[in-house]
Amino acid sequence: MTALSVPALSETGMALCILCILLVPFAGAGLAFVNTGLGRSRSAAHSMLAALCVIAVAALVYVICGFAWQGFIGRPAHVFTVAGKEWNWIAAEPLFLRGLPLDGSPASLAAWLQMLSVGLAALIPLGAGADRWRLRACCLSTALLAGLTYPLFAHWVWGGGWLAQLGVNYGLGRGFVDAGGASSIQVVGGLTALAIAWILGPRRGKYSLEGMPAAIPGHNAVLVLFACLLALLGWLGLNCAGAMLFTGAEPGRTVLIAVNTTLAAASSALVAAVITGIRFGKPDASLSANGWIGGLVASSAACAFVTPAVAIVIGLVAGTLVIFAVEWFELRMAVDDPGGAISVHAVAGIWGVLAVGFFAHFPSRVLNVVSGASSWSSDSNQWVAQLVGVATLLGFVLPLTYCLNWLLNRFYPQRVPAEGERQGMDLYELGAGAYPEFATYTDDFMQR
Amino acid sequence: MKLAGFLLLLAGWGIVLSAVMLLTSALPRGGFALAGMGVEVTGLILVVRSHLLLRGERG
Repeated sequence: MTALSVPALSETGMALCILCILLVPFAGAGLAFVNTGLGRSRSAAHSMLAALCVIAVAALVYVICGFAWQGFIGRPAHVFTVAGKEWNWIAAEPLFLRGLPLDGSPASLAAWLQMLSVGLAALIPLGAGADRWRLRACCLSTALLAGLTYPLFAHWVWGGGWLAQLGVNYGLGRGFVDAGGASSIQVVGGLTALAIAWILGPRRGKYSLEGMPAAIPGHNAVLVLFACLLALLGWLGLNCAGAMLFTGAEPGRTVLIAVNTTLAAASSALVAAVITGIRFGKPDASLSANGWIGGLVASSAACAFVTPAVAIVIGLVAGTLVIFAVEWFELRMAVDDPGGAISVHAVAGIWGVLAVGFFAHFPSRVLNVVSGASSWSSDSNQWVAQLVGVATLLGFVLPLTYCLNWLLNRFYPQRVPAEGERQGMDLYELGAGAYPEFATYTDDFMQR
Repeated sequence: MKLAGFLLLLAGWGIVLSAVMLLTSALPRGGFALAGMGVEVTGLILVVRSHLLLRGERG
């Protein structure tokens, strides 16, 4: 085993990587539309503005302090030693934009990709807090995510941190592997969404006094389904760029990554449509859309290291998990998650991370540079490395993000008052609705 | 109950990390890592139940 080192990118690889990163904002647009379409019409403008604001806050906070703590492979980091093994736990770059590389190196491309990815992670909780989360609270919570939670975990996975070093230090396969951010973007965002949903509580009228949930359907299925196609474009870029920058995948591998990403989304959406068709008599548009996004999320971790047939299996399991998780969170856990963000991003993301341990086969060159593994490294313990990653997400990231948002809620209540929910977030927080020419009537607030 | 749940989540993570650091053979290491995950799931159940109880009290 050797030390972790920076992946080498040829000029072709560099150009392809830039092209892929340019696609990533489409994923953000897709998630913003999904969140808006699955929310109420009287909160639509608020939802889109919140999406824009959290992307802006995330990008600013990330370049000011997030990158300083995330860093990149081979750059300065704080390390402590346990029983002779180095534990790289946080980067040691200078704060306030001073350490940001802008020279076209892999580190600079990674910083650019991360600036966009952190916005993607910050969009996820918006789906869970729809129709009741204050705009300023969204921005403050995003600042905590982009400034602390995300960079810390992303450093462990992508910055040469201790999770990435599990292979070098403890012989656990190639260390924790996540090519496209199923863990560091999706699960971190999904667990933050769970914390937000718990802290905010359900929307008024969602649950009866007996605890039975009422259906509050999204207001624009067309927007949601169109968003799925936009998200595919973004995910293709995200998975390809991530695989090249963080796992050392060669440019030729992007074909396999693109095919796997598309197949996982396709199989996941279809199985979601079939399951809802069998259970409810007709396919459900919003759950099928959730299945599509869930397939994209699950594909992210393993997209570069599995065959297309396995990508279909990953998608089928992800779609099934998402459908049952949405129902489980709503009925059993009384978690009101209008956008299905927790099921789609946290549950499907965890499945995607574990799938690397079950199915991935690493070619001799891929990952050897980045993970420090020799050509004879065994992949038999890869599942333990992936399990350690999942344990870290549940055992460290969830308590951390809950604690940060709980503290924020103590100082600045994150939920809008009852009057705000009655009026709708558009009128209450923005003073104008998204669709002023339409009169709407709803009995959501009738006493049950 | 919520605090206990979060402490169990942290404890489960500690078990998983300890298994990786202290054990060398594959079977005990994997077994203890799975046991740590079990502790985390128990913590998660406690946190969920505390939120359900809180919601019930608020009506």
